[in-house]
Amino acid sequence: MSHEYIKYKVASKQVSITPGVAELIEKAEREGVKTAWHRYLEQQPQCGFGTLGICCRNCNMGPCRIDPFGHGPSRGICGATADTIVARNILRMIAAGAAAHSDHARDICHVFKMVAEGKTRYYSLKDKEKLKFIAKQMGIKVGGRSDQEIAKELADVLFMEFGKPDDEPLKVLMSLAPEKRIKVWEKLGVLPRAIDREICECMHRTHMGVDADPASLLLHGVRTSLSDGWSGSMMATLLSDILFGTPKPIKFSANLGVLKEDMVNIIVHGHNPILSMKIVEIAQSKEMQELAKKYGAKGVNVAGMCCTGNEVLMRLGIPSAGNMLMQELAIITGAVEAMIVDYQCVMPALATVAGCYHTKLITTEPKMKIPGAIHIEFEPEKADEIAKKIVTIAIENYPNRPRARMYIPKEKMEAVAGFSVEAILKALGGTLEPLINALKDGTIKGIVGIVGCVNPKVKHNFSHIVLAEKLIANDILVVGTGCRAIAAAIHGLLKPEAAEKAGPGLKKICNALGIPPCLHMGSCVDCSRILIALKALAESLGVDIPDLPAAGSAPEWMSEKAVSIGTYFVASGVFTHLGTIPPVLGSKTVTKLLTEDIEDLLGGKFYVEPDPAKAAETIIKVIEEKRRKLGWPV
Amino acid sequence: MSKPSREYYIMVIPELCMGCKSCEIACAVEHSKTKSIYTAPFETPPPIARIRILAVENYFVPMRCQHCKDAPCMAVCPTGAISRTEEGFVVLNPQKCIGCLMCATACPFGHPKIDSYTRTVVKCDFCYDRIRKGALPACVEACPTSALRFGTLDELMEKVAEEKAEAMLKGMGKVPGHVIVFPAERMGEKKEPQMKVSDVRSMYSNVRWE
Repeated sequence: MSHEYIKYKVASKQVSITPGVAELIEKAEREGVKTAWHRYLEQQPQCGFGTLGICCRNCNMGPCRIDPFGHGPSRGICGATADTIVARNILRMIAAGAAAHSDHARDICHVFKMVAEGKTRYYSLKDKEKLKFIAKQMGIKVGGRSDQEIAKELADVLFMEFGKPDDEPLKVLMSLAPEKRIKVWEKLGVLPRAIDREICECMHRTHMGVDADPASLLLHGVRTSLSDGWSGSMMATLLSDILFGTPKPIKFSANLGVLKEDMVNIIVHGHNPILSMKIVEIAQSKEMQELAKKYGAKGVNVAGMCCTGNEVLMRLGIPSAGNMLMQELAIITGAVEAMIVDYQCVMPALATVAGCYHTKLITTEPKMKIPGAIHIEFEPEKADEIAKKIVTIAIENYPNRPRARMYIPKEKMEAVAGFSVEAILKALGGTLEPLINALKDGTIKGIVGIVGCVNPKVKHNFSHIVLAEKLIANDILVVGTGCRAIAAAIHGLLKPEAAEKAGPGLKKICNALGIPPCLHMGSCVDCSRILIALKALAESLGVDIPDLPAAGSAPEWMSEKAVSIGTYFVASGVFTHLGTIPPVLGSKTVTKLLTEDIEDLLGGKFYVEPDPAKAAETIIKVIEEKRRKLGWPV
Repeated sequence: MSKPSREYYIMVIPELCMGCKSCEIACAVEHSKTKSIYTAPFETPPPIARIRILAVENYFVPMRCQHCKDAPCMAVCPTGAISRTEEGFVVLNPQKCIGCLMCATACPFGHPKIDSYTRTVVKCDFCYDRIRKGALPACVEACPTSALRFGTLDELMEKVAEEKAEAMLKGMGKVPGHVIVFPAERMGEKKEPQMKVSDVRSMYSNVRWE
C-alpha cells in the first residue's frame, strides 16, 4: 500500500454539494490518499499565461508568451500575436475534442461492420427499425434487402465519413442537418468534408507558419466541430442505438450509495459501450452470480461511472455511481473489486488510488493504458470470453476487500433516464404537436440543454443544479447529457416528482406525461440527440434553429470535447453558456469573435458566466427575446 | 561595514504576476550545480527554488526574502551561518548551518526552506554573484511581465511614478486630490484596460468552494 503525503487539506464540506463526497474526501485524507481536489490545491497558482491562452508551444523556437500587460513581448518569435496564439490554441482544443468523439464513433462503426459482415456472433442488430430509418435517410436502398445487406452498405458509407478523399460535404450531416442550417454553413464555406481531414487540417493550420488569421482559424474550428456534432458524435449515437437498442424511459439509481456491501462491485467507466454492455451481460449471468456466491458474496453488482455509465444506464438501467470527479471516491470506499475503463475522462491517478485499496484497475483499449493498471485488451471477436475473464478477476478479488476500511455512503437517488428523441416523441403520443403547442402558448417557455463535465475549479455539481432548478422554475424544459445528467440524477431532478420544483406550466405538462422536468438524453456523444431534437422542432415550426426559444449550457465544463460540443452548438445556432472561463481572454479579438461577432454569421454565440444564478437570468432573457420575435406570449 | 555606494532592491508587483512560476524555475536552476534548465532537473539533490508564488485572494504574490536591515534570522542563528554581504544581502553558509531552523522560526515572512537531502536551510541570496557580474537576479530576469523589478529604490520609484503619470494622462488612473487636465487631442486615446488574471479569478468568486 503506497501512502501519499497530503500537503494541503481540502475543505471537504465546501467542494461539492453532493452527499457522500465530503465523507469520502475526509476518509481519503485519513488514509493518506490524494484526490483531484488535493492535486488542484497543489497546482495553485495556475499559470496566467495558460489561463488566458497566450502561451504557444507549437514550435521549438519557443515556448513563447505574450505579456498581457504590455510591458513585455507582444509577439512570439515567429511574430504571432496574442490573437493568433489564442485562436490557434482553441482550434487545437476543438481538434482534440472532435477527435475523441469521432474516434469513439470509429470504434463502434468497426463493430457494426463486423456484425453486418457476420464476423462476430457476440453483437447483433438490436434496433432494426432505426437501421432502416437511417439507411433511408442516407439514401440507401432498403426495400427487398436483408438487414445484413442494408447494414453492410450503411457501414461502408459511414466509414467513408472519416477519410473520404473528395470535397463533397459529409453525408451524415447532409442527410440529417436542417436545410436552413446547411445553407448558412455553405455560404460561410464551413461544410465539413471528412472528419479526419478537418482534424488533420486543424493540426496543419496551427503548425508554425501556417494560418495566422484568428477569424480564419476559428471558422475552421466551426467546420471541425460540425464534423463532430453532425457526423462523428451522431454516428456514435446512431450505431450504439442500432447495436444495443434505442433508449426508452428506464428507472435507475445514482450516487455512491449504489455500491453494495455484500456484493462484488464492478464499475464500468469511460465512454464506449461496446465492452461495458458485455460486462453487464456477463456479470448478470447465472454462472457469474454463482461464482460470486462461491467467493462469499451475494452476487455481482455493476455500476456505471461517467458516460460509459450513461450508456449502460440508458439501455439497461444500470445504476450510476457518479460523475467524473467521483471516480477516485468510488475506489476510496474500499468496496470496489474492479474498475473497468475504456477511454476518455479516466484519470491516470486511478492507478495510484487503486494501489491504496484492493481495487483492480483494468484498462481494455489498445489506445489507453495506465502505468500500474492491469491491461486486458478488448477484441470484439472474443467479446464474451474477455468479459468473462474480467468479471472473474473482480469476483476472485472479493475476499481481499479491506472490510475494516470500507465505507459506502448510504445516499442514493431514484431517477428516470432513457429519453432518446424517439422516447420523447413516444411520451408525447407520437407527434411533436403537444410540445409545440405548449411552447407556442407559453405553458413551456423554452428548452435548454445543460451538458458537460464537472471541474474542481468550481463547487462540484453546484452550478449544474442551481441553473437547472432556476430554469425549470421558470417553465423551461431542461434536457441534458454526460456528467451533468448524472448530477441531475443524484440531486433528484430526474424523477417525475421533481415536477414539484417546476413552474406551473412545466409542472402541468410533466404531470400529464409522467416525465421529469429534466430529461436524461444520454452520454456526451448523445449531445447529437439534442441536435436532432432541435432540428425536429425547427422544421416543424418552419423556422431555423436560432429562432427557437432554446439555449445550451456547459456550467462546469473542463474537457476539450466540451469545446467541440460548445462550438457545434453555436454553429448550429444555439446561444451557449459556459460556466468556466475558456482560455481565450488573452485576445480581445478572439473573445469578441466568439461572444459577439459569431452570432451574425451563425445565429448562436458563446456567453461566459461562472455564477449559475446570473447565467439563468440571462438565459431566461434570451429565451424571452426569442419568444417575442416569434410573436409568442412571454 | 562600510556603506556601499548603491543599495539594491527587488520590487514585487502582485497585480502583474501571472502565477506562471517562471521565477521559481529560474531560481532553482540558478541554485543548481549545473545551472542549466536541461540538466538541473536530473541533479541529486534536486535544486530548490528560494522564491515561491502564493495565490492570495485574487492575486498571485511572489514571496521572497526581504533581506531585512535588522534581520531576525541573522540575530538568532546560533552558529553564525547567516551573514551580510558588502551589498547588504543576507546570505546563508550551508557549511555552518546545523539545520536547527531557528531562522525559520524567527523569519516574519516565512521564507526559509529546508533541503531534506542535506538537512540544511536554503534561502534567497539575492543572486549576489550575478549582481557582481552586472546581471539581474535570476527571478527578475525570468519574469515575463515585469512583476519583479530590480534596481535602487530611486530607480524603482521613478519607474512607478512614470507609469502612474502616464496612466493619469491617459485618464486611466486617479489620484485623490489631483485633477489632471490633459491636452484635448489626447482625449480619444483612452486605452482599454488590459485583462488581468486577478479579473479571471474574481469572476469565479460566487462559485468558489468557500
